[in-house]
Amino acid sequence: MKILVCISNVPDTTTKIKLTADKTAIDLANVQWIINPWDELALTRALELKEASAGKITKVSVISVGNQSAEPTIRKALAIGADDAFRVNAEAKDAYFAAFQIAEAVKTEAYDIILCGIESSDYNGSAFGGMLAEFMDHPSVSSVSNFEFAGEVVKVNREIPGGYEVVEPALPFVAIVQKGIAKEPRIPSMRGIMMARQKPLKVVEAAPAEAMTEFVAFEPPQPKAACKMVDPANVAELVELLHKEAKII
Amino acid sequence: MNFDFTEEQIMIKQAARDFAKKLEADVIERDYKAEYPTQHIKELSNLGFLGMLVNPKYGGGGMDTISYILAVEEIAKIDASVAVIMSVHNSLGCWGIEAYGTEAQKEKYLPQMVTGEKIGAFLLSEPEAGSDATSQKTLAEDKGDYYLVNGTKNWITNASSGSVFLVIAQTYPELQHHGINALIVDKDMPGVTIGPHEDKMGMRSSDTHSVMFNDVIVPKENRLGGDGFGFKIAMKGLEGGRISIASQAVGIAQGAYERALQYSKERKAFGKLLAEHQSVAFKLAEMYVKIENARNLVLKAAWLKDNHKPYGLAGAMAKQYAADSAMEITTEAVQIHGGYGYVKEYHVERLMREAKLTQIYEGTSEIQKIVISRQILRA
Repeated sequence: MKILVCISNVPDTTTKIKLTADKTAIDLANVQWIINPWDELALTRALELKEASAGKITKVSVISVGNQSAEPTIRKALAIGADDAFRVNAEAKDAYFAAFQIAEAVKTEAYDIILCGIESSDYNGSAFGGMLAEFMDHPSVSSVSNFEFAGEVVKVNREIPGGYEVVEPALPFVAIVQKGIAKEPRIPSMRGIMMARQKPLKVVEAAPAEAMTEFVAFEPPQPKAACKMVDPANVAELVELLHKEAKII
Repeated sequence: MNFDFTEEQIMIKQAARDFAKKLEADVIERDYKAEYPTQHIKELSNLGFLGMLVNPKYGGGGMDTISYILAVEEIAKIDASVAVIMSVHNSLGCWGIEAYGTEAQKEKYLPQMVTGEKIGAFLLSEPEAGSDATSQKTLAEDKGDYYLVNGTKNWITNASSGSVFLVIAQTYPELQHHGINALIVDKDMPGVTIGPHEDKMGMRSSDTHSVMFNDVIVPKENRLGGDGFGFKIAMKGLEGGRISIASQAVGIAQGAYERALQYSKERKAFGKLLAEHQSVAFKLAEMYVKIENARNLVLKAAWLKDNHKPYGLAGAMAKQYAADSAMEITTEAVQIHGGYGYVKEYHVERLMREAKLTQIYEGTSEIQKIVISRQILRA
């Protein structure tokens, strides 16, 4: 059995977001890149399952759509423990484009389970997983917070309001995972880091496809208004300000 | 010239940073209770930081000194106690055996040291031989096929957690430091006693003890290097150890600087943020420059070591400057925090206590100046 984890190369979540002058893109200068946190947890769970499978899961692969600058992020996934990797050599223009490219790249690879994060921390589109399943002609389960093997069956916990439901999807399938899928991401070990360069990283040229969407403009949120301090003794002034200025009472 | 790190070095630094984040949760409590970070050291070894410099042939990471000091800095930024446990184990314990050990010694000790199953300690200081390391009173009498070791060692990091002791002892007192040997002593050899835990000012989560040797029989095969080369081995070990202690000092300073920077952007006084007061902004600027200087000295020393060039002078400069700067920077970080800096919750008072030790151990700042001045005067 083989597992594929789709990883997205995203800016570090602590990055201060700046826009380009024409506001149609994020200024990517001096940005630190990381594995999308949801994808990193998916990878962690895949590796846990492989380790506990007593040889049943033979391989965990990762795939990403990106140009060469995404390779350090892909190699980090290899350092964490993935066995091999694919990089589709193209800029991931939108979810449709990325899903199409990944489906094209791995259609003949016969992965039994494909994992991806429910969203990516850069554009938070939440569209990729469903599209990938459609292109692969696989069933998909979203909001997956846990999955494990029960004999030959995979049992998937799917989060729903107030609880979760248990689904038994037919293999192969796409699991679109929530953050609870693994406790915390793995830190690569020194040995893993040294081994990463020796693991296969196959570069696949992009298939002909166009993006379905484009970014027209970004607007940063309004800066937080200054905090007005009111003397605790002066309740009347506070009420007056809440009523006339903040207009919330 | 190239100031870029390799992809692996960046990944190692990030891995150390991710590991160090977990130390923050209990660092204040462990410092207060002087509690050894057992679980954290276990994870440190699982990640391979405990044998990261050792040749992969013995199970180590085979990494360069630059990667190592990047990791030490990241860990020291949060918890200098964990950094010193790691530093002594790697720079003095593992390195000593790898650099000077026989193949049999390396095969016997290194595989267990890289997994953290056995932690290394370095036993040089004595009650009356600190900076004056040539006056070793601990005796290793040559009894034919073994050494009979008697004496006391002081200020031993990893003394209770460790089990592979590199002991520096005098065999031929008449030859002074040319008569000193370095021996590998297993802690469980009969006659080895660990003294009480030292109640230290800082780095309280690392275990420091005195160690007593009473008629300890150490087989000849446990001697590191040639007969009478012990002092040379000790000095060479400290030469490398200094680089990582300098990096630890940079980490402590960086930790204090980051906390002071954050605080000065949050706290207001006289109607504006602390950072908007020039007196505070200038302090931050001075801290920043000193840290950059110290880090560059450390990196140069590490680079020299990796490129098999002499690094004694560079290491001494890095250690002296980084340690003294860390003391100044942590003191200023407390000052910027005002009263809050003087209580434990804000971390900077702990960093200040930790910085103090970097000026003392593995060669005081004064000893570094002796090393530096001797070299420049000789030139």
